[in-house]
Formats: sequence, C-alpha cells, structure tokens
Amino acid sequence: MITIADQLLVLVLLINFVVLGTSRLIFSIRAVAVQGVILGVLPALIHPFSWHLVGIISMILVTKGVVIPMMLSRAMRSAEIKREAEPYLGYVPTLLLGAVFTALSFGFAGKLPMLAEHQNYIFVPASMATLMAGFLILTTRRKAISQVIGYLVLENGIFIFGLLLADAMPIMVEAGALLDLLVGTFVMGIVINYISREFASLDTSRLTSLKEE
Amino acid sequence: MLCALQGVYDPTVVALTSAFFIGFAGIPGLFISKPGFGQLLATVITIAASLSGFAAALVLLFSQNTTTFAVNWGLPFGPCEISIDPLSAFFLIPVYLVAASGSLFALGYWPAREHPSTEKSLTFFYGILAASMAVLLTARNGVFFLMFWEVMAISAYFLVVTEQSREDVRKAGTVYLIATHTGSAALYALFSLLSAESGSLTFPVAGSLLPYTPAATAILLTAFVGFGAKAGIMPLHTWLPQAHANAPSHVSAIMSGVMLKMGLYGIFRTLTFFHDPPIIWGVVLTVAGILSALFGILFALAQKDLKRLLACSSIENIGIITTSLGVAMLGISSNNRTLAYLGMAGALLHILNHSFFKPLLFFGSGVIIHATGSRDMNLMGGLAKNMPRAALLFLIGSVSICGIPPLNGFVSEFLIYSGFFSQIQASTLVYLVLLAPLLALVGGMALIAFTKLYSSIFLGTPRSYFSTAVHEPGFTMLLPMAFFALLCVLIGLLPYQALRFVNPAINVFMPGTAIPFNPDGYGDVLGKISLTGLSLVALAAVVTLFWRWRMQRAGSTTGSTWGCGYQRGSSRMQYGATSFSELPVSVFNGIVRQDIKRPVLSGLFPGKSLCSDAPTETFLERVIAPLFSLAGVSFAFLRRLQHGRMHVYMIYIFATLFILMLWAH
Repeated sequence: MITIADQLLVLVLLINFVVLGTSRLIFSIRAVAVQGVILGVLPALIHPFSWHLVGIISMILVTKGVVIPMMLSRAMRSAEIKREAEPYLGYVPTLLLGAVFTALSFGFAGKLPMLAEHQNYIFVPASMATLMAGFLILTTRRKAISQVIGYLVLENGIFIFGLLLADAMPIMVEAGALLDLLVGTFVMGIVINYISREFASLDTSRLTSLKEE
Repeated sequence: MLCALQGVYDPTVVALTSAFFIGFAGIPGLFISKPGFGQLLATVITIAASLSGFAAALVLLFSQNTTTFAVNWGLPFGPCEISIDPLSAFFLIPVYLVAASGSLFALGYWPAREHPSTEKSLTFFYGILAASMAVLLTARNGVFFLMFWEVMAISAYFLVVTEQSREDVRKAGTVYLIATHTGSAALYALFSLLSAESGSLTFPVAGSLLPYTPAATAILLTAFVGFGAKAGIMPLHTWLPQAHANAPSHVSAIMSGVMLKMGLYGIFRTLTFFHDPPIIWGVVLTVAGILSALFGILFALAQKDLKRLLACSSIENIGIITTSLGVAMLGISSNNRTLAYLGMAGALLHILNHSFFKPLLFFGSGVIIHATGSRDMNLMGGLAKNMPRAALLFLIGSVSICGIPPLNGFVSEFLIYSGFFSQIQASTLVYLVLLAPLLALVGGMALIAFTKLYSSIFLGTPRSYFSTAVHEPGFTMLLPMAFFALLCVLIGLLPYQALRFVNPAINVFMPGTAIPFNPDGYGDVLGKISLTGLSLVALAAVVTLFWRWRMQRAGSTTGSTWGCGYQRGSSRMQYGATSFSELPVSVFNGIVRQDIKRPVLSGLFPGKSLCSDAPTETFLERVIAPLFSLAGVSFAFLRRLQHGRMHVYMIYIFATLFILMLWAH
C-alpha cells in the first residue's frame, strides 16, 4: 500500500512540473484537476475504511475534480484567453527553480523530527514541494486565472500534509477547508470578471494603478 | 431589596448579566426596519439592566468578601478569573449610571426618525462600549482585560465617527485610533512584563510585587503610558479634544464621564500590585497631574467650540485626580496614613464627581447643539430666556466643575487641598503645600472658562438668528440632566455620606488595617461643609424669594440685556466668547493662543469686515505633528514595499516562509 501511495505522490510531483512548464491554460486547469483527483484517492490507500473517509473522498473528488475545473474553464472562456502570454519569468527558468525547490524540500523534510510511522512516506517532502510549486506559479504568472491555479496547487500541497492527520482531523475541519477553497475560487472568479471588465485584460500587473499614492 | 438580592443571586453574576444585556441592547434594533422602536427597546433594556447592575455594584462595594470566578475559556493564557472587589465596584457605579442616562438622552438627542442611517449603529456600539467597560473592570486576567480594552477602544472609535460624512469627524477618528493603539501597545508590554514578574497572566495579588526592581519601574512606566493615553494625562491627551468634540453628545458624555476613568482605573489597579511604593512614583504622578490640570484648563480657556472646551476641562479634571492620587502615593510611601487617606479620598471622590457633572455638561451641550445646530460659542447667546430649565441645570454643572460650594466639586477639591496643607507642620513633604497655589490657579482659570461658557451661551442677547428660535428640550433630555444635577447637589450637601462610598475602595490600597474614617478630625470638617452648604442654599432661597417679591411689587419693563435703558443696542456690542477670554489667554501666549485674525480697518466709516479666531493646539502642532512627519520621512523607504504588484507580494510571503524554514535548522 505504501508503495502505491508513494508512486501516486511522485505523480503529483510530476504534475507540478507540468503546470510549471506549460503555457496553455486549459492544460494547466486539467492537470490540476487530475492532481486533485489523485489526492482525493490517496486517503483511501493509507487509512482504514470508515464512512468519515468516504465522505471526505467523495467531497474532494466532486469539488476538485469537477466543480472547480468547470468554474475555471468557464471563466477562461468568458475572458477569451487561451495562453499565459508573457510570464514574469520564462518557463525554463521556472521549471529549473521548481526542480531546485523540490530538491530543497526533500532535504528539509529529512531533517524534520517526525513520528516513526510517518518517516518512510514521502508525504512531507511532496507536500512542501507542491506548496512551493504553488508559490512559484503565484509569483511568476501574470494572468489572474494562472494565479487561481497557483492557489489551487498551493492548497493541494497543504492537503497532502493534512493527509497525515486525516484520522485525527474531524470532518468539520475537512469540510471547512474544502468550503474555503470553493469560496476562494468563487471569489477569484468574480475578481477575474471584474478585472477583465475594468481593465479590458486579465493582466494582474495592471492592478498597480490601484496603489495608494 | 438589596439584601434579598444578595441572598438569592451572587451580585457579581448580576453585575455581569447586566453588562451582557446592556451590550446586546442594540441588537434587536438592527433587525427592525421601522425606525424608533429598536432605539426605544434598547433604552428600556439599558435602563433596566443598569438599575440592577447599579444595585449589584453597591452591594459589592460594601460587601466584606469578594467572590472570584474562574472561567474555563479554553485559551492558553492561564485561568480567566473574574471578580469584583470594592475598587472595581466603585468604578462600576458611573458605568451603569451614565450608560442608562445617556441611553435615555439619545431618545431625544439622536432620534431614529431624524437620523435613520446612523441611529442603529450608534445605539449598537453605545451598548457595546458600556458593556465592555463593565466587563473589563471585572477582569483579573491580562489577556481577558486586553480583549475588552480593545472592544472598548474600537467601539468608541465607531461612536466617534458616527457622522462619518464630515471630514473633521473622520480626522478626529483617525487621531483617536492612532492614540488609543499607541496606548494599547504599551499595555501589551505591561501585561507581558507583569506575567514575567508574577509568573502568570492572572493579575497579581494586591501588594505582592516588589517595587524596587527595574521590572517594576518598567511596569509602572508602561502602565502610565498605556493607561495615561486613555485617561488623557497631559503629554498623551492629543486625541481627546477632537474626539469628544466630534462625537454625538451622549457619546462624549460616556467617553468623558466613564471611558477616561477606565484609564485611571488601570493606573489604580497597577499601583495595588506593589507594596511599599518608592516616593518617586508619587512625585511623578503629582507632577504629571498638576501639569495636566494647568495646561488642560488653559487649553479649555482658549476654545470657542463649546464641546472642545468641555473636553479640555476633562483633561484638567483627570489632572486633578492624578495629582491627588500622587499625593496619596506619597502618603503611602512615607507611611503617613492621614495624607494617604486624604489623597485617595480626594481622587476617588473627584472621579465620582467628574463622572456626574461632566455628563451633565455634555448632555447640556447636546441640548444646545440640538437647539442651535452649532458648537461655536461666538454665535450663541441669550439661550437662557428660551430654555430656562436647561440653563439652570447647566449652571449647576458649571458651578460644580469649578469647585464652588455648596456643590460636589468643592468637596473633592477640599479634600485635595486638605492633603496639601496637612503636611505643613510635619518635617517631611512640606513642599506639598506649594501645590496649593497651583491648584488654586487651576480653579481660578476653570472659573473664567466656565463663566465664558455659560455667559456666552445662555446670557446676553442672541448673537445670530438661530439662537433666537430655540425652545426647551424634551423630557428625555432634561431628565438625565436633572438626575446628575441632583447627584451633584446631594454630594455637595452631604459630603460625609459621599465618603462612605469611597472608603471601601480605599481599603484595597491599605489592606489589613481599619480605615481611618475620620482621620485627624477631617470628617468633622466635612460635617461643617455640609452645614455651610445647607445655609448657602437657604440663603439663596431667601434671596430669590425676596427678589421675586420685590419684582412683583415693583412691576418691570423689558429691554435687551445690557441695554441699560438704551434700546438700540446691538448684540455685537457685547463681549463674545473669544473676546471674554482674550486677556487671560494672552498671558500664556507661548503655550496657547487664540490666534485672532483681525481685519484691517481704514477710513472713518470702515465697511463690513470679518474677524475670525482659531485656538492653536500647541502640543499637537509643535511636537506630535513634527514627530509624525519625521517618522513618515524616515520610513518612506518602506512605502516602496507597497507597489501594487501582486506577484511580488507573493514573493514576500514565500521569502518569509523560506527564511523560517531555514531558521528552523
């Protein structure tokens, strides 16, 4: 079981690189959806069966696999953009940085004092690497939709960390986190609409004009 | 009834429940769309809850044992203890009294029908402010105290900016917010230091801390800055005049009458933690207090805005209280029980008095503003003819605040003077007597300031058209004023009885020994004051009756005031508010100025010209404003961090996270 979980986590890490390296938005959205689905399946593999678990998994699959991607692609279509044209940092440097951060997070996780039963997993390094990938997307991309994608990847990273605690975590916390994510995406969707209406583009660098003088 | 209450319910619980009801009195109104009913409901709830809370506070003040409740609040700051000792109970009295009467006053002053957009939030935050003050008086845990301290500060902010569409109101609100949070920052330091010293965030037991350590000095300093900023002690007073002037009047009343006292309560409470305080503490408090009193009344004198005048006079009164507290601390340090008693009794009684006559005066200012629509004293005049009852009540407040017998201000100031003079034949602390002329100067200037206030508003002839059409305020506005006026007269006539309310609170400072209820015969003197006061009242009554009788017999003609038979006098011939105080203010030209801009007159018959004046805020303009602009310039580089580029903001977060991770190794 552990090996399957670890292999799925490696897949998650690879998807990070896919998102970091592609300029096509629809592809990023789908990649993140796949990442969410994989993460949704993971708890089933590492924890014993319980109805609590079933609840969590079905909620995750529906939210991350269906609802959020649908909302994002609709926003993309209504804003009429297909590509992240000119990111602040090129795709190759971003990919390289992503590799560096992934390596760093493995190094860092090795030094953390962890419980014996968690030591053999790559949960913690994968979680941190995904988190950092999310941050990288957030900081290097210009379009608002890419920012939402970065936010989703970031949340996925946090979710992996939470997996370690799924037994200890009451369902309310899980539900709260999911709701948070949904509302976050929703708000971002609205913001995207407003940005595109106001500035006739989805370029967040235009937001500097809102700065206080 | 009080005894029955004590038998059935614990008074501490009653007091807290009352606070709870007052706090939530404004909530039903938020959901009632028809204006008026919610406000009425809030007033009814507030008055009923205040009455029970007041009764509970009285029971607690005189009860011998204090119950302590430990609340299991699930936060990692130690047990949350709640208890009401006589000192807290004493400060609770004005909270409930002013909250109830202010709420009644609001019905007439800020009716929902005339202010549909602001009334709901005003009623809501008014209740929150009053309740938070009641709760923070019961707190015995630093974090719990700070929570309610913040609730108090923030709700007061929302009350100050009720008329937020006006620029000056918003500015006053911002200044208040900065000042109150500067104070709060000091309080965070204070409670951290206290917990380091005593080992937990629960308040230390009275007299348990050593006063001679550096930590004790730091605790006292932070307490003085943090609580002093709230109380408005002199270098920290800058927010006070603007905030009080721009808030609705019943809010000014509760802010000045009660919220400033919370700052004093903090200082009192902090002082109880230490035993054998060094003499320097008393000296610092005394000096800061007397300077506050002196400059406060000086600023009051220069004002032309009536509420600013009242606000500055609050600074003066807080100064007097602080002086008296300093004298008491000198007495405790030097083991002089008479001096300690006189100082403490003077301070506490003046707190009680100030929380009676200042709300009375602010309610009065509300009546005036409601009637005339202005705060500028130069535009008023002659209001006493149209609103004689309000004028009489306002006069009682003015006379009280000047410390003139037979009213209550005199009693507390008498105790303070007695403290100064009590050491004249002792070998130590003889210099205290030098404070007496200073306090007398303060009293004299207060007399000028309030003569200016009363006479330019109520006497003479109207100086502008809107002063002519005013009318007597309604019952809801007069009743709160009458209530406080009655309290002022009662304390003035029965000072010996008033001391009974003060004594239990003094015991908190000098535990273990019985109170010298009548130290060195000062109690007997108070009895004589009572007699003098009664005879003064009798004399006034006789003179009034005689005058009435003469007037009826003589028959009278009416003309304009100061007309002296010449019927073509114009209202512009009388002294205005600014010109009345021009001479006394000019003596202190370096400290405060009225800054009168006179027009240049030329020719034999000069044309129409304008004369204006604006009192200067010396301290704000010369010290605080330069300091802030200096800070603005020196921290300008930080503004570059705020550039509006979202992804760089993300990098900030990322970098912080990264540094933290590296640091963890």
